[in-house]
Amino acid sequence: MIEIGQAFGAAATLIAARDPELVGIVLLSLRVSLTAVVFASILGLPLGAAIAVGRFPGRRALIVVLNSLMGLPPVVVGLLVYLLLSRAGPLGQFGMLFTPAAMVVAQTILILPIVAALSRQAIEDAWQEYREQLRSLGAGPLTAAATLLWDTRFSLVTIVLAGFGRAAAEVGAVIIVGGNIDGVTRVMTTAIALETSKGDLPLAMGLGILLLSLVLALNAAAYWVKEAAQRRYG
Amino acid sequence: MLPLVLDQVSFTVNGKTIIDRISIEIGTGPRTVILGPNGAGKSVLMRLCHGLLRPTSGSIVWRGENGGRRRQAMVFQRPVMLRRSARANVVYGMKLAGVPPRERELRASDVLDAVGLADVAERPARVLSGGEQQRLALARAWALGPEVLFLDEPTANLDPAATRDVETLVGQIRASGTKIVMTTHNLGQAKRLGDEILFLTQGRLVERTPVERFFTKPASVEADAFIRGELPWS
Ligand SMILES: Nc1ncnc2c1ncn2[C@@H]1O[C@H](COP(=O)(O)OP(=O)(O)OP(=O)(O)O)[C@@H](O)[C@H]1O
Ligand SMILES: [Mg+2]
Repeated sequence: MIEIGQAFGAAATLIAARDPELVGIVLLSLRVSLTAVVFASILGLPLGAAIAVGRFPGRRALIVVLNSLMGLPPVVVGLLVYLLLSRAGPLGQFGMLFTPAAMVVAQTILILPIVAALSRQAIEDAWQEYREQLRSLGAGPLTAAATLLWDTRFSLVTIVLAGFGRAAAEVGAVIIVGGNIDGVTRVMTTAIALETSKGDLPLAMGLGILLLSLVLALNAAAYWVKEAAQRRYG
Repeated sequence: MLPLVLDQVSFTVNGKTIIDRISIEIGTGPRTVILGPNGAGKSVLMRLCHGLLRPTSGSIVWRGENGGRRRQAMVFQRPVMLRRSARANVVYGMKLAGVPPRERELRASDVLDAVGLADVAERPARVLSGGEQQRLALARAWALGPEVLFLDEPTANLDPAATRDVETLVGQIRASGTKIVMTTHNLGQAKRLGDEILFLTQGRLVERTPVERFFTKPASVEADAFIRGELPWS
């Protein structure tokens, strides 16, 4: 069994040398997860705002469902998207399975409930405070939703980054719909899983360290953005 | 659009009567001050008049021409500022009221000047002091050029100097042709700013009296007790 310290050393060497294989994997990870978080935000933030401000039958049930979907297991999402995109599936004709596009679809579905549910909560809290003032100024539901999206922007940044963290760190969905193909659909998490099972611990560790640093940097950024904004805008 | 006519207006929540069969006509002329103990229903009555609440029974009608609800504004007991600059808060209100863009900017500068906030116009509204925020709330309402302005305890948490500023402003707004309807717990203020007093207890309109007579010879025993009870602190 290789010692952890040894693996750390080897990982550091790989990172320092900007090993091309490692760089390719990291870049693909970022590309897939960033694209997914963009789509999830475009859909999820307005959805969250609409549910926060809207009054319609089934609203409570929808909120409960959305909150539950935050805990959606990545492998289940992977399986569903696999069934959709496989040759016999309803979207099979596009040949998307085992491409980065399929991974984007899976991660978007995975984090959409997170973005929608958390933004719904943040926007609804603000709505409690703003409701009378906005109605007094003559804001209808659409205007109110848009105003609240803008006024909660700093909380929403944190939420979007949380979604990104979740996407970048999950392995179950991307390994099923991406297939972990070398140079095509191999991302950090699937590479870690593979290299660990092959016994190439240094590469696995190197990727693990990068992944952790990425998540750490994101959370630091989120925290900093919120703090700075709070101080500046109250 | 004045007069505003309330006919047998009641407001009930979960079987509890908060406003009890109030009939009254509020016309253009005098400044109206609503007085009454905590929980009498003053804020609820204002919300009903402003259109934020619907009466459970009875009717509230704007009798004048263009009978709509647009040309009225309200400043709340705790005004809500949007997370943007002081100027942007004023502009926002006018935008919702359909004021053309060029005029918004001009009027915003005018009212910010008039309330003495020209220097802090570009600062985020939420970091302004309580007194400044209250004046900003008045500016935002004033910029709409309302025919009626409802003020709910406009100086509740202000020091004497800030209170004087707000009182001066209310005088100016009134001079620009706006009907003032306000509540206060400061009886000195009621005398300075009011022409007539509406006295409320337990959701009932007990009396409506010109201000001098109210403080020397109130018509009801409730008002008499109220004045005796409150005067030492005014
Ligand atoms: N939306 C509401 N739902 C239920 N009860 C309410 C609501 N708004 C007000 N009340 C109740 O109605 C009563 C009157 O409230 P209101 O705020 O009008 O009093 P007020 O005269 O403005 O008192 P204060 O001087 O303390 O501001 C209170 O008992 C309050 O608890
Ligand atoms: Mg009140």
